[in-house]
Amino acid sequence: MLGNYYTFSELLLWIPLLTGIIAFFIKNNKTVKIFALFSSLLTLAVSIISLFYSDVAHHPEYLNDTNVSYVWMPYIGSSFSVGLDGMGFILTFLTAFTYPLIFSSTRYREYSNANVYYGLLLLTQAGLMGVFVAMDALVFYFFWELALIPMYFLCSRWGGEFRIRVTFKFFVYTFVSSLLMLIGIIYVYLHTPAVTTFSDHSFYLKSFYNASLTASEQNGLFWLFFLAFAVKMPIFPFHSWQPDLYEQSPNSSVMVLSGLMVKMGIFGMIRWLLPIFPDGVVKYQSFAMILCIIGIIYASCIAYVQSDLKRIVAWSSIAHIGLMGAAIFAANNTSLQGVMLELLNHGINIIALWIVVDIIENKTGIRKISELGGLAIKSPALAIFFLIIVLANIALPLTNGFVSEFLMFTGLFEYNKWMAAFACLSVILSAVYMLNMMQKVFFGATNSITEKATAISTAQKFILSIIVLAIFFLGIYPQPVLHLSQDTVTMILQKLK
Amino acid sequence: MMNIFDEVYLIPLFPLLGFLINGLARKVISKSLAGFIGSVVIFISFCLSVLVFINVSKEGFTTQNINYFSFINIDKLYIPFEFQIDQLTSLFLLIITGVGFLIHLYSTSYMKDESESSYARYFSYLNLFVFSMLLLVMGGNYVIMFMGWEGVGLCSYLLIGYWFKNNDFNNAAKKAFIMNRIGDFGFILGIFWLINAFGTTSYHNLFDAQTGILSSITEKNSTILTGISLLLFVGAMGKSAQIPLYTWLPDAMAGPTPVSALIHAATMVTAGIYMIARSNIIYSMSPFTMMVVAIIGLATAVFAAIIALKQNDIKKVLAYSTVSQLGYMFLGLGVGAYSAAVFHVMTHAFFKALLFLGAGSVIHAMSGEQDINKMGGLGKKMKITYVTFFIACLAIAGIPPFSGFFSKDEILGAAFSVSPVLYVIGVIGALLTAFYMFRLLSLTFAGKFRGTNEQLHHVHESPGRITFPLICLAVFSAIGGFVGIPEVFVKNGNKLADFLSPIFTDSNKILVAQTTSPQTEIILMAVSSILIIVVCIWAWNKFKRYDESVKTETALGKIIQNKFYVDELYDAIIVKPFKRLSKILSNIVERSGIDALVNGVGKGINYGSRQIRLLQSGFVGNYILLMVVGLVLLLIIQLLSK
Amino acid sequence: MEIKWYLFLSIILFCIGVAGALTRRNSIIVFMCIELMLNSVNLLLVAFSKMHLSIPGTSAYSAIDAQIFVFFIMIVAAAEVSVGLAIIVMMYRNTKSIDINFLNRLKN
Repeated sequence: MLGNYYTFSELLLWIPLLTGIIAFFIKNNKTVKIFALFSSLLTLAVSIISLFYSDVAHHPEYLNDTNVSYVWMPYIGSSFSVGLDGMGFILTFLTAFTYPLIFSSTRYREYSNANVYYGLLLLTQAGLMGVFVAMDALVFYFFWELALIPMYFLCSRWGGEFRIRVTFKFFVYTFVSSLLMLIGIIYVYLHTPAVTTFSDHSFYLKSFYNASLTASEQNGLFWLFFLAFAVKMPIFPFHSWQPDLYEQSPNSSVMVLSGLMVKMGIFGMIRWLLPIFPDGVVKYQSFAMILCIIGIIYASCIAYVQSDLKRIVAWSSIAHIGLMGAAIFAANNTSLQGVMLELLNHGINIIALWIVVDIIENKTGIRKISELGGLAIKSPALAIFFLIIVLANIALPLTNGFVSEFLMFTGLFEYNKWMAAFACLSVILSAVYMLNMMQKVFFGATNSITEKATAISTAQKFILSIIVLAIFFLGIYPQPVLHLSQDTVTMILQKLK
Repeated sequence: MMNIFDEVYLIPLFPLLGFLINGLARKVISKSLAGFIGSVVIFISFCLSVLVFINVSKEGFTTQNINYFSFINIDKLYIPFEFQIDQLTSLFLLIITGVGFLIHLYSTSYMKDESESSYARYFSYLNLFVFSMLLLVMGGNYVIMFMGWEGVGLCSYLLIGYWFKNNDFNNAAKKAFIMNRIGDFGFILGIFWLINAFGTTSYHNLFDAQTGILSSITEKNSTILTGISLLLFVGAMGKSAQIPLYTWLPDAMAGPTPVSALIHAATMVTAGIYMIARSNIIYSMSPFTMMVVAIIGLATAVFAAIIALKQNDIKKVLAYSTVSQLGYMFLGLGVGAYSAAVFHVMTHAFFKALLFLGAGSVIHAMSGEQDINKMGGLGKKMKITYVTFFIACLAIAGIPPFSGFFSKDEILGAAFSVSPVLYVIGVIGALLTAFYMFRLLSLTFAGKFRGTNEQLHHVHESPGRITFPLICLAVFSAIGGFVGIPEVFVKNGNKLADFLSPIFTDSNKILVAQTTSPQTEIILMAVSSILIIVVCIWAWNKFKRYDESVKTETALGKIIQNKFYVDELYDAIIVKPFKRLSKILSNIVERSGIDALVNGVGKGINYGSRQIRLLQSGFVGNYILLMVVGLVLLLIIQLLSK
Repeated sequence: MEIKWYLFLSIILFCIGVAGALTRRNSIIVFMCIELMLNSVNLLLVAFSKMHLSIPGTSAYSAIDAQIFVFFIMIVAAAEVSVGLAIIVMMYRNTKSIDINFLNRLKN
């Protein structure tokens, strides 16, 4: 029954899962593309409708573990329970919003076995949605891995020259760290109170929040969870899988990886790390923040000397994620609100960057910035879109990046002035590498390669316009999102106290 | 009658509309329409600004805060999207839209050789520039100010790199943006500190005489206020091109000339002055920062003036003169003469816009030539340009009764009351200014023509849409100073200071007023004016008979001509090391450090497994033996543990 | 008879089995030794079961378990023999040898 608050989280999960499985059986390439796009639009529609029910004041069932709860494994205290809170709304909306963009922007690319390709992408979406709506630790873990596996196949089958090596690294790296988390989950589980009569313990999120853990246990468990999320995000120095993978993977899966999958790590930090191990967080937050801030500066420096477009974007993403990580561990209201907003903004901006990179790659066949140049003459519209996206990425006011970075920096400053000052260096460094890229790719005179480039099509303009509108809307009036996430943040901070 | 303050949002809205129309429809609209839209929206804003100004100067006006919607409203932080209209804002509105409009008008003719879509693009950028600047001065809190602040940085980037096919121009644009960003880095840290310390960024919450947070703090030089004011000043350094962040401004000459006029006169560089004048209370309460501001301002004023002495590019001379004049404004702010600094912003806007537009007229006539060595004798051919340029030179040199005299004198007078040393150095700077401006004037308009014959034929007076703004600005440059006649001449002559006094009342209470006796003041004025006139005449005559062939540069002259090699220095100590560090991080730390470590774990496991595999000998006997040994061990453990 | 004698006997049988399995290379003998070990355990189980029954007051139900177990073991052993012997026969057919050390090619 559509319209009921409870069912949205389920629908968001089942639509991509079912359509993903169906997609495997559609042999016609054209049909499967349209089918995938249609499926993602359907998910988007559900997500948009769900936002109308997102007001917690009218729907106090919020974060209630009986939202949707099926009997799953009652004897170990796990049920298939899903639900949406403020952060969940933001992230499911992001996933639902970006998938149609990804599908439509890479529509002209031909993949062998398109049915498998699109099926896997939809399964990844199901995995992502599952992670974002899970209210049960086992369900969370299940979808956490479910999102990973299709992505592994996507990258290792349709990727570039060194795809096997880099995807293997990616898979092992993230999988091993997830296993650490599994150990952690089981340990916490053994310390949870009973909820039902069937078992002594339970996997419910709420029971995890109420687990009785001593300070030293928390300190140890902190690292198990931290590693899993830090690798996924990734936080310096656990990032080394990322640039290679982004460079080698097909563009649409990179969009999913960088725009959405890294959000799983951040989401995990906020939902499964901060509130469960408050003592551990208090003990190690400075250390984690220092790692993150080193990562910001480190990644920014490296981004400056990269010659490959995709690698620049990859490193810039690491820098942004570093900032988000630092803001998470600053753990105050302002910084967490900034992270909530940045979850959305970073997803939109980075996917937008990839879309443009994809267009450039498609038009010229190269990604080396030293060989490009003068594209602004050939395609002024693309140059304008790209400039706006770049500006959003370097957090210029009135674009979405500014508000979230402003809040995160303010929160960092509240925690420690010097850390904020160092993190804030990214304001300068991001301008350095981004404008460098902008200039090398779009400005200057054309050369023999870029001479042949053509202007972008109306469809591409339409896609990029949607993104640009979103960038400006969130930059000028971010209050709805902040309002949405306020309760999540308050709740997490209460647990931390 | 409608309340004009309810409609102030229209002032920035019109330039924004102009930007959108010109930007989106750049391919469809004709050149004349693009120019018309671009100029008209600014003119409407100007008319509205005049209305606002009239209302503000009425008796009984109180500061208006207009709150539109909440931009950020979370638990502990409330930042509304609000405008604040008071005397300072209304004055800046007039300058920005007034001078801005003249520059737009000028541009319609100056840029007529551009292709249609480029022409519209140019005007859309120009409108966006004005919009950002309006946002900056109208914003009711520091965050809104920061929006405009970064917006003008962006527009300067776009306009300096307007001819984006040329990579030197692009580099200049990038440099401008990044230098500005360094300043913005300081500014935004200052904002964070403000939020952290006081929980708000709204001016009326901070500065209000009765209810403001700062009115309850009496301690001077507290760490917080000194820190905040220094950080904000870093922002001003970047935007207003002060040492050490001034090098972008001369490079910014890469953009079209009217853009230079816009950057230097009406928008952008005055933002730093506006910001400090706006936060005058913070500064007044931290004398240490005031000292820093004064010293950096004075150092910049003299340093840039020295560099300007030897520049041969007509726009470069003007650029360094802007840096130098901004130095004076900061000197004024640093010695607590806030209204004098704002006064100088105003007069400077007139004469510097005039100088740049005049230079543009000259460059246009010379078909793009910018080297003053190749000019000379243009005065006869371009009467209007010559006369107006001459007036501007008189104004900037500070010859009474032109506008620059009054504003510069007010600043120097205030400096004298703080310390005579500041005054003396300031006067030296003023003399240098007089020298290089008359050198420029003389080389350009007097003497004989030194360019090619072809150029000589081409030289002509510019059309009306170029000369009209020149004349307007010349009039203001000549008489604009009369709004601030010193008290010693006319009682209550300083109308501007009276007008602005509500903004600076609190500061004036905090600062200990040191007054100079009227006699001393008159003597100082007379001495400096006479010296300046002497220098002017000397420079004029010296360069009138200038001949390119007899030119020997001394070593010092070379150094000055090369701008003290500051760009090279920055390149060597900042840019290159940064590049090298990045390369090291990318090639060594990343590749053989972190990545190697991660891969090393994989390799280690690989190696370890290969070693452990040897245990699998394949002999069934061994396996059974191991099994039995294991069993026995288990038994022993069981026995021992009892 | 005291229980300890049964114990001693089964230990001896078991040790013979272990020693045989370890030292002999003929796979049939190794196989027989394994059977010997199994049967030593069976003997033990039966002995204990009997001892348990002799205690007054115990019901037959509780003591009978061990003897059921013995049947299970015997069945499993029989199954094992059939499979194991089949393997040995196959091995002999392929390698013309029943030396267990000849079968070490899986190690690589």
